Amino acid sequence: MVDLALKNIDKRFGTVDVINGVNLEINKGEFIVFVGPSGCGKSTLLRMIAGLEPISGGELTINGALMNEVPPSERGIAMVFQSYALYPHMSVYKNMAFGLETAGLPRAEIKVRVQKAADILQITHLLDRKPKALSGGQRQRVAIGRAIVREPNIFLFDEPLSNLDAELRVQTRVEIAKLHKELGATMIYVTHDQVEAMTLADRIVVLRSGNIEQCGRPLELYNKPANKFIAGFIGSPKMNFLNIDFRTSTDVNAKFSLADTRLSIPTTLQAEPGMKFSLGVRPEHISTDPKADVLLGSMAVSHVEQLGGQTVAYGQLQDGQSLIAVLEGQRAIASGDMLNVGISHQHCHLFGSDGNRLND
Amino acid sequence: MSRRFKRQLVSYSFLLPWLVGFAALTIGPIATSIYLSFTDYGLMAPPEWIGLDNYVRIASDDPRFWTAMNVTFTFVVLSVPLKLIFALSIAVALNKGLRGLAVFRAIFYLPSLLGGTVAIAFLWRQIFAGDGLLNRGLEYAFGYDGPSWISNPSTALYTLVLLAIWQFGSSMIIFLAGLRQIPLDMYEAASIDGASRARQFFKITLPLLTPVIFFNAVIQTIDAFKAFTSAFVISGGEGGPIDSTLFYTLYLFQEAFVNLHIGYASALAWVLVVIIAIFTALSFLSAKYWVHYDD
Repeated sequence: MVDLALKNIDKRFGTVDVINGVNLEINKGEFIVFVGPSGCGKSTLLRMIAGLEPISGGELTINGALMNEVPPSERGIAMVFQSYALYPHMSVYKNMAFGLETAGLPRAEIKVRVQKAADILQITHLLDRKPKALSGGQRQRVAIGRAIVREPNIFLFDEPLSNLDAELRVQTRVEIAKLHKELGATMIYVTHDQVEAMTLADRIVVLRSGNIEQCGRPLELYNKPANKFIAGFIGSPKMNFLNIDFRTSTDVNAKFSLADTRLSIPTTLQAEPGMKFSLGVRPEHISTDPKADVLLGSMAVSHVEQLGGQTVAYGQLQDGQSLIAVLEGQRAIASGDMLNVGISHQHCHLFGSDGNRLND
Repeated sequence: MSRRFKRQLVSYSFLLPWLVGFAALTIGPIATSIYLSFTDYGLMAPPEWIGLDNYVRIASDDPRFWTAMNVTFTFVVLSVPLKLIFALSIAVALNKGLRGLAVFRAIFYLPSLLGGTVAIAFLWRQIFAGDGLLNRGLEYAFGYDGPSWISNPSTALYTLVLLAIWQFGSSMIIFLAGLRQIPLDMYEAASIDGASRARQFFKITLPLLTPVIFFNAVIQTIDAFKAFTSAFVISGGEGGPIDSTLFYTLYLFQEAFVNLHIGYASALAWVLVVIIAIFTALSFLSAKYWVHYDD
């Protein structure tokens, strides 16, 4: 069942178009992550849903009701801000109770709701403290608690983990995922961190320059990126893009050349010989198996990183194109070594000159 | 001469002009006035040590001292809160992302630059005199023939309070800077919580502004206790009519330079210092109950 729908949503700041005709339907209980580089419009889109930013064009509906002109407090949403936005002069209890007091709820009910949220977030012992006496992680929990007590239909998170250190970020990420399961509420989460997007989302919405580039399940985006931008954005280290020249094609295969190497990729393709294409290869899919489906040639290793569980090799192919390979285990590779690298057919991502994906 | 000593000598030689000024123009007069406050000194003869007599007289035998205290306290109690409320109101209005903010800010600040001058005090006299601008306006608009506001003992002080409020610029600038410091997302969080503009102002803006309110209140209170020029010019240096504008500093000035009771005036000055110190100390003591510091 659709909980929230965006129809041709536009946002303009003066003459600058920030969001361009975005269409999206979010189902009840879904965890949606807006992801994209800085300035792509993800936070603006979230703020438009929250009612903090007026909508220039299009329709926003929540539970079927048009929300364009409805004030934030009447949209059935709660928001967790990047800076937490806790009121520094109020205790944790007061911070969490503020919205309920504003709504005129009886004191007893406010107490029950705050206590319940505090129990869920394990912050009961902090209720009398002021925000300045809390750590970053505790402040984050209070900010989430303030959202929970409102019992909203939709939770909005605006880069909530960006102010936490790496360890706490992982821990809080897991807690947010658990919270989603526990509350079963719709959650929309903005981040520029693709790991957060991959681990939390039911569906990821990738934005670029105010447009939705692709929307789908995390593994869908990883396995079948719609274009080079998505392919480069999802996955770490970033996908390698190799320039290849088209040679011929059959009913099942297309043949390309990469320097002196001949490649055969299973796809049907109509093209002129010599046309340029881009082969996307994820670093973690590169193998040194001489029987790999597609052999890319030899790679001159220029730098090696030993991560313990993996070995990351940086280098160049014969024609000078850069390549990063993430190899399983601890490999005895050193700078200056030559590695014969290849990939399997299923891990080939073929992109045309316009950047769009060509193979299935 | 050691290298270190040489280096210190250079530092102190750079500090010397300021040190000389500080010693001669600040420490010297302070020490002298303490000494003079225990003497009978009238400029014409050398000071004569009389111990605590001046202070005893102030406390027990000087009705004009109590009149001056009454006038000054009334002025402080009225002008400081009213000025702060006015300054905060204008700052809140200017904080709405108005176009040409810098121009408005400058215009509103102008009275503060001019307010303490003799010229403005004269202008005030022209406005509130019997045939002044205010009465002409009242007569034109309502046919009301008003009194001379500055010659009437029951209204004269209030014209000075108005003049003080008119000089709200510096407080306003500080309030405006304080308002700019409040993160926008506090208001966004509050609007999602359903708080009205008024609730946001009283529950978020005011509490978060308390450090600035406190600062302004202390500075303005000290200033109000020391107010002099306006009363001097408007009352012609008399503090009239019937001592209704006899500010403490004006009385002190009369004792020192009209009656030539330099010793007594010094004692009056030190009483004022103690009063201001007590007020400031009480303000700081009360601060922990109502001023919210973020960190």
